[in-house]
Amino acid sequence: MLGRALRVALMFVATFAGVAHAGEQPSAAAPEAAAGAPAHVALVYLALSVKRSFPESYLDQPPADEGLAGAAVALADDNTTGRFTGQDFTLDPVSAPDEAGVIAAFHDRLQKGARDFVTDVPASLLLKLADLPEARDATLIDAADSDDMLRAEGCRRDVLHVMPSRAMLADSLMQYLVVKNWRRIMLLAGQSDADKLYADAIRRSAKKFQIKIVADKPWTFNPAEQRADTGHFEVNTEVANITQGVDYDLLVVADEEDNFGDDLGYRATLARPVAGTQGLTPTAWSRVYDETGATQLQNRFLRAAHRWMTERDYGAWMAVRAFGEAAIRTHSSDPAVIGAYLRSSKFELAAFKGERLSFRAWDGQLRQPVLLADPRSLVSISPQPGFLHEFFETDTLGVDQPESTCHLN
Amino acid sequence: MPPQLKCGLAALSLLLLAAGTARADHLYISNEKDNTVTVVDATSLAIVKTVPVGARPRGLLLAADHKSLYVCTSDADHIEVLDLASLAVTRTLQSGPDPETFALSPDGKTLYVSNEDDNQVSIVDIASGRISDEIPTGVEPEGMVVSPDGKTIVNTSETTSMAHFIDATSHKMLASVLVGSRPRFAAYTKDGGQVWVSSEVGGNVSVIDSATHKVIHTIAFAIPGVPAETVQAVGINLSPDGKWAFVALGPANRVAVVDTASYAVKKYLLVGQRVWHMDFSFDGKTLYTANGVSNDMSVIDVGEMKVTKSVPVGHLPWGVVYGP
Repeated sequence: MLGRALRVALMFVATFAGVAHAGEQPSAAAPEAAAGAPAHVALVYLALSVKRSFPESYLDQPPADEGLAGAAVALADDNTTGRFTGQDFTLDPVSAPDEAGVIAAFHDRLQKGARDFVTDVPASLLLKLADLPEARDATLIDAADSDDMLRAEGCRRDVLHVMPSRAMLADSLMQYLVVKNWRRIMLLAGQSDADKLYADAIRRSAKKFQIKIVADKPWTFNPAEQRADTGHFEVNTEVANITQGVDYDLLVVADEEDNFGDDLGYRATLARPVAGTQGLTPTAWSRVYDETGATQLQNRFLRAAHRWMTERDYGAWMAVRAFGEAAIRTHSSDPAVIGAYLRSSKFELAAFKGERLSFRAWDGQLRQPVLLADPRSLVSISPQPGFLHEFFETDTLGVDQPESTCHLN
Repeated sequence: MPPQLKCGLAALSLLLLAAGTARADHLYISNEKDNTVTVVDATSLAIVKTVPVGARPRGLLLAADHKSLYVCTSDADHIEVLDLASLAVTRTLQSGPDPETFALSPDGKTLYVSNEDDNQVSIVDIASGRISDEIPTGVEPEGMVVSPDGKTIVNTSETTSMAHFIDATSHKMLASVLVGSRPRFAAYTKDGGQVWVSSEVGGNVSVIDSATHKVIHTIAFAIPGVPAETVQAVGINLSPDGKWAFVALGPANRVAVVDTASYAVKKYLLVGQRVWHMDFSFDGKTLYTANGVSNDMSVIDVGEMKVTKSVPVGHLPWGVVYGP
């Protein structure tokens, strides 16, 4: 236990060091550049530097600069283009270890004139920021949250979301199950709030695509027990017990914090594959993805950050590129012009998914294909062929306009 | 005419025909996944040879003297010279990292290479096989073309979404024109008056006036029953008479035929899957397309505007060039 605590502490220091270093960059909240000089577009990257819950596997430590490293690559992309359009982009990275600190930093940057924000904060904090009266004419691109509530009753006019919602992730997986004709699943959900939301999304999506959940069980086994030297015996027995007496095609797991999902494969009573938050995973980005030019972004990121790009890095990359694209297309640094363009039907983001991505007008969600990948290969990309839509096939993923409970107006 | 003479003339013409057949032209297809170039007889459409080349062959160009073919072997980080008489790689040229597409100066002496991974264009002197200069450009440079007078180079950069006009002598950037998302290919009209730029993610073609560097028209494509997202414009070939532009639409599996005067789309021709690059026969009567996913080449009768044949080639065909 001491070892673990120490590691967490070290990670925390590393996060802090990263922020301090980033803070050395010139302030981005400078006023508008004078005419003649390159038009200045100042972006603020606002993050809550939480102690990320420790993954069960020691193999994939969350990098200290996760998210910010993706934003940095996108900023370089924006500036390369800006060189030709006479625009100059800066990113002011701010993070605080608690909600009050993030809100104070947000206030401070708003007061200094910043209006274009990329956020990496939990849903509850995002709402607190978005609901501040001073934030009324700001645009917050949420680069990290997949919360369905933020696209429904929690939607806000000043907030856009680039990550696929949990509903989109679940629909991507269910469409694939329909294509494979794997109609019976067992659902195993962890105990965190995030796990419960993920499991809810799976339940709703299964119903929508007529996939039968033949067993729906909570995972309550204490993850600490498997750390003991013979822990794998106990995990093996536990998984065999919980999956006993049920027949299903696929074991779907809801474990967003990587506490037990990787421990299910090969241990269940029946030889069935695992999908969901582990195994075959619906995701916005994966290091196995190299189609439609993605190799270029993977390489560019690898060179800049000396590690693989994660989904969180990709979210931040999309958010900074979205601001850049809107500023470049409108040839403006006026946050009002940029914000309006982002929400318009003219906006399109090329994000290595083989098609143009745009924001859904009804809930601010970026419509996009979703990858289905396991740790070593790309399995498929949803929407699956045959799932048709009147306007955008990607709108077969997640909550479509007629069902939306977001009332932006 | 005496019957004997008639007979003699017929025999002579047959002989001439036979001679023509013996010197049949060929098609060269780069197979991105196989690391080969497939050589196809243009008359019989039979595969003559599959030539092993360096890793990930993509862009292809015929040398000015028609004696060799330049091949961008992207993962090998150089350009290979395929001798067309022996069908063997005889030389390699420097290219800078990850060469994908390139263009040849009208005098045949210089190659302009886009280095997709390095945000630059490399200028390669063919005689020495060395890079003589590098020009910084946008993010992920891709399409390359040289103006008919050789004075201007146009490079497209995919993530920057621009067509960059570069002076071929001073290597200075003349203008950067914003086009649709992910521009893949640029083609000059024969008179040099316009540059046509295809955008893969934007799904359209921007027609740029070469003198003013302004987009004067944007051509959109809509195919009944085909989702708009799959319409991804890539290769553009203007017919030798200048009347038609053929635009490859990638995963829409179609080639659009565009009237260059009115910019109206006259027809969509169904070809193989994920069509990217194309080339005309020397007489301009036939167009050939490389279809990446169906691993074949489609043959289009230009006069009839009909697809007449499909020829299986290697894996992931990227480009095709018509040559001797």
